Amino acid sequence: MSHHCLTQTKIGKKYLVALTGLGLSLFVLMHMLGNLLILVSPEAYNKYGHALTSNPGIYLAEVGLVAILFVHLALAMKLTRENWKARPVGYAVVSSGEKATSLTTRSMWAQGILIFVFIIHHLITFKFGPHYEVEYGGVMMRDLHRLVIEVFQNPLYVAWYLVALFALAFHLSHGVKSSIQTLGIHHPRYFNKFKMAGILYSVLVGVGFMSQPLYVFLIYKG
Amino acid sequence: MGGASKSKLNLKLKLWRQKNAKDKGYFMDYDVKGISTEASFLEMLDVVNEELVKKGEEPVEFDHDCREGICGMCSLVINGNPHGPDGATTTCQLHMRRFKDGDSVTVEPFRAGAFPVVRDLVVDRSALDRVIQAGGFVSTATGTAQDANCLPVPKDKADRAFLAAACIGCGACVAACKNASASLFVGAKVAHLALLPQGEAEREKRALAMVHQMDAEGFGGCTNTGACAAACPKEISLEHIAILNREFLKASLLER
Ligand code: SF4
Ligand code: FES
Repeated sequence: MSHHCLTQTKIGKKYLVALTGLGLSLFVLMHMLGNLLILVSPEAYNKYGHALTSNPGIYLAEVGLVAILFVHLALAMKLTRENWKARPVGYAVVSSGEKATSLTTRSMWAQGILIFVFIIHHLITFKFGPHYEVEYGGVMMRDLHRLVIEVFQNPLYVAWYLVALFALAFHLSHGVKSSIQTLGIHHPRYFNKFKMAGILYSVLVGVGFMSQPLYVFLIYKG
Repeated sequence: MGGASKSKLNLKLKLWRQKNAKDKGYFMDYDVKGISTEASFLEMLDVVNEELVKKGEEPVEFDHDCREGICGMCSLVINGNPHGPDGATTTCQLHMRRFKDGDSVTVEPFRAGAFPVVRDLVVDRSALDRVIQAGGFVSTATGTAQDANCLPVPKDKADRAFLAAACIGCGACVAACKNASASLFVGAKVAHLALLPQGEAEREKRALAMVHQMDAEGFGGCTNTGACAAACPKEISLEHIAILNREFLKASLLER
């Protein structure tokens, strides 16, 4: 039998969407935990950022992340188009009751696009935003804390941030458990536990991320 | 079940009419009166067709055969739901007592690029047969059957294989899926044979061939919405899609 390229098949592409999705899920968890340092002190927050960006490994990590995001996005978009094509004539009445398909799963593509737009805007605002400086113990470093405080004074930015984070949370709530299933992991004994874990994960990441703009906007007094 | 509960329904039906695969098709409204609550959904359509024939009109074509929930021939999407509103039920086993007097009922064919409409509510589901032909079988020697006990199958595996084998190939999973994916059907077939010693010899070849044929037929990919399992009249679970995923992954990695 001649060889087939695994990723020529829809299942093969889906494996990669699942693997890269799980990778990105871990990244957002780490990012969220880092953000929580804002609740500790400006110094802890800035020093953490400095430790990350002054490590030469950061470039490798960034290139890796962009590559993972690109594969996730490109294959998911290709699969979505193929899936739309698989039903050229739609139904007049949508399914309902126990046979209905949840809005979360139906709108994964839209959430994905929203999250992508958010990431670009987010990078422009923070990573490539104004470069304030601060000195701790004789070391000059970027005062990202100051920028964050400034940005989240704007209620429009806070609102947009929250909308994007809701989309991220919904994306994770389906994505994590779906990825596990795609990779062939499913057993009646722990299927429901994985499902719950996926939902808890999305709530944890979502609420964790939202705490930053809400804290700055509502509580932080300089 | 008692005679006292017998009653009659009047319904507003909206049925899909389409002359052939090329025709665009349209919905036609029918007011039907005096349908017994004890009739099955297909018997209700029989009554509609009798009236149409009496009036000299073309009856509405729909698929059916056993009418006892075992052959997989009946189909229909009823008010948006393949095989109607109830779980674990084929259209032929759906009864009119499930509806209320005056209900509007829209009936559409199973929709998928891989299931072209033949006429009215009849679609061509032979794409599923071609997926089976690609690998959903076991090769055996002909001649006298060997003694059954020569081939030990553990009870739990036999039970699980039986659950998978309950799939009647109706295609409701495809109709229910927003991607028109046949993953639940293919998962049931691959899992059924992968669990049994008879299926072992062609195990990897089967997973590869069936997945490639499924793609070639134009079915969509699985996005784990679970709509298929909810619509499946035989309650094939999502575990079967996970089994398909890992059988295919293993086979792809081991392919020489
Ligand atoms: S898996 Fe269920 S819904 Fe799909 S073809 Fe088999 S019996 Fe029908
Ligand atoms: S007609 Fe045979 S299953 Fe419905």
